Amino acid sequence: MTLNMYLKYPFSLFLKVLVILATAVTCFTLLFLIGYILLKGIPYLSLDLFSWTYNSENVSFMPSIVNTIIMVIGALLISVPFGIFSAIYLVEYAKRGNKMVGVIRITAETLAGIPSIVYGLFGMLFFVTSLKMGYSLLAGIFTVAIMILPLMMRTTEEALKAVPDIFREGSFGLGAGKLRTVFRIVLPTAIPGILAGIILSIGRIVGETAALIYTAGTVAELPKNLLSSGRTLSVHMYALSKEGLHTNQAYATAVMLLGIVLLINMLSTMMAKKIEKKS
Amino acid sequence: MTAKINIKNVNLFYTQFQALKNVNLDIEKNEITAFIGPSGCGKSTLLKSLNRMNDLIEGCRIEGEILLDGQNIYGKIDVNALRKRVGMVFQKPNPFPMSIYENVAYGPKTHGIRSKVKLDEIVETSLKNAAIWDELKDRLKKNALSLSGGQQQRLCVARALAVEPEVLLMDEPTSALDPISTAKIEDLVLELKKKYTIVIVTHNMQQATRISDKTAFFLLGEMIEFNETETLFSIPKDKRTEDYITGRFG
Amino acid sequence: MRARFDIQLEKLNQGVTEMGALVEEALEHAIDALVHENREVAEKNIEFDREIDQKMKEIETLCLKLLLSQQPVARDLRLISAVLKMVSDLERIGDQCADISEIVLTFPADSEKGLELKYISLMADATRKMVTESVDAFVKKDLELAKAVCEYDDVVDDLFDSVRRNLITAIRENMEKGEKIIDILMIAKYFERIGDHAVNVAKWVIFSITGERNGCGYIGHDEDMKGK
Repeated sequence: MTLNMYLKYPFSLFLKVLVILATAVTCFTLLFLIGYILLKGIPYLSLDLFSWTYNSENVSFMPSIVNTIIMVIGALLISVPFGIFSAIYLVEYAKRGNKMVGVIRITAETLAGIPSIVYGLFGMLFFVTSLKMGYSLLAGIFTVAIMILPLMMRTTEEALKAVPDIFREGSFGLGAGKLRTVFRIVLPTAIPGILAGIILSIGRIVGETAALIYTAGTVAELPKNLLSSGRTLSVHMYALSKEGLHTNQAYATAVMLLGIVLLINMLSTMMAKKIEKKS
Repeated sequence: MTAKINIKNVNLFYTQFQALKNVNLDIEKNEITAFIGPSGCGKSTLLKSLNRMNDLIEGCRIEGEILLDGQNIYGKIDVNALRKRVGMVFQKPNPFPMSIYENVAYGPKTHGIRSKVKLDEIVETSLKNAAIWDELKDRLKKNALSLSGGQQQRLCVARALAVEPEVLLMDEPTSALDPISTAKIEDLVLELKKKYTIVIVTHNMQQATRISDKTAFFLLGEMIEFNETETLFSIPKDKRTEDYITGRFG
Repeated sequence: MRARFDIQLEKLNQGVTEMGALVEEALEHAIDALVHENREVAEKNIEFDREIDQKMKEIETLCLKLLLSQQPVARDLRLISAVLKMVSDLERIGDQCADISEIVLTFPADSEKGLELKYISLMADATRKMVTESVDAFVKKDLELAKAVCEYDDVVDDLFDSVRRNLITAIRENMEKGEKIIDILMIAKYFERIGDHAVNVAKWVIFSITGERNGCGYIGHDEDMKGK
């Protein structure tokens, strides 16, 4: 619409301006946030921060990065299979209107809404204390796995539901059983959606702080084994800012965090595209 | 019992709603039988009963018998084996999101064929029988979704033929296609009649007259009239049939 | 449903009715001109045939259009294809009426009106009855009437045989009237042909109602087959 037309319909013009304004504010806020962190943090991204051994001088976050990676892989290893298979049951095997399905769904939704600090508390009481794991990566992995389980379940469910029924019908029509139909037709088609869920989960894990403080602890060195305590990158950032002594390095850590999240996103998107191309 | 399929006293219910009322019908071997009737008359429901696809629908209950070569398909039989013998082509072309080769090979693989040589052979034969080999032979690895609607539908026919069925069920197979694709599929079906028994649901009266040997007219779950196609369309016995085919209602 | 189609089918029915009326009129005039040896009426009748041809073309065009655009089946298809065939028989009747009138024009102007015409007037009446009733059977969709027309053809054929015999006798008695008598024989033959065309019309009426193509029994001109 040309400006003349807009002047005839002032309300349209008003709305358009409103919409553009809202977008501008949003983008600006985002860019400001990122820009601020980058500005504050990049100058302090010294090589010291990348050293393999941590000491109170270099406050290196390398061990934290290692811990983060272990956390992500560990939690995914547990929750992805459980999440996917539960979703498969809910979508493909359970009868519609089955009460059990409703109950499971409500449970999952509730779990998803619980604040992470509560998870932290639970993890501390159960994994750390009762199961005697102590503050350990393992306790952290289990806790975080439970946290992202509902997320994996929900996104996988959506992805499976998005697969058109005509594919399933086509498969059954050829004499394939349910197992084959699910694993050869439905699941492969749902992979992009499932991957999206995994990315979301990774993002959540990387950003998780409260729950991990109470379960994986805050030890800053490289862990000896899974039962050792170890801080992830976000916990490291929290610790640094709490201490107040290394605020700049805290910003640098924030930059690192941002960078990692961005990298993960890009890698997963590339992977999803590749899988789509193959099929 | 020389008929390929005998439908005897079939009543079908979707929970409370009765979709088929006391249907009796014989489908002869190597003939094309058409089911016609207004929307909701039960023709697609009956078609789907012939390969038990209705089992997939919650609350679907069937009474009566459907015999394939004399054996009741609702008795104790392996449903997957039934669906190998009675194949289906759907209204909207639904190739799997895989390569053309994989689409056609899916059926045989399901039924235990693993050897690549044998699969290659089956894929070629099926695509030839579906009159689409020449068009696709150089791009078997391409994704099936990149084909046009008409090609996709012929691919679905090839896919159904790959498991070597005896009966082919077609649910309004050309309703989503342009006239040329429709003509190709009609020619194909006429060729296939030599080896297979075909049942086709169609809204297109002229299509029924062009390709079918016998036609059954359904209304509100009942089969009103069943006769040689030429007779049904030129001198229908029931007024309701005549009113429907002349477009005076429905 | 299909209101437009029904309107066009009604138009078709009306067209045939009108053409039937025209043909009956032509036959009426032909008989009149013949029996009263009226040259004026005969001349007008020949012109009149053009109207009948025109009417047939109109109806034909409508039929072809309906076949193309409406893809008729069952009773609609039977009606349209029956009409297509019927109007060509009606048109032939019209032609034969014109031919009869042409022959009347060749009668010597001051000839003695003789007995010859007496024999033929019965045949003319019988033919007129057949044409009127066959068109009526169409208009009223009367199956029984159509079948009656078919059977009545035997009457016309018998009448033709008696006319022929009488005319042969008449020639023997009066050689001078030979030319006229031979013309009258030709006219009789035309009446017989008109009768056959009327039977065809009745046959197509039967087809449009029941779908049978042999509802009239065998329709032909082969005397042997009729078992005479």
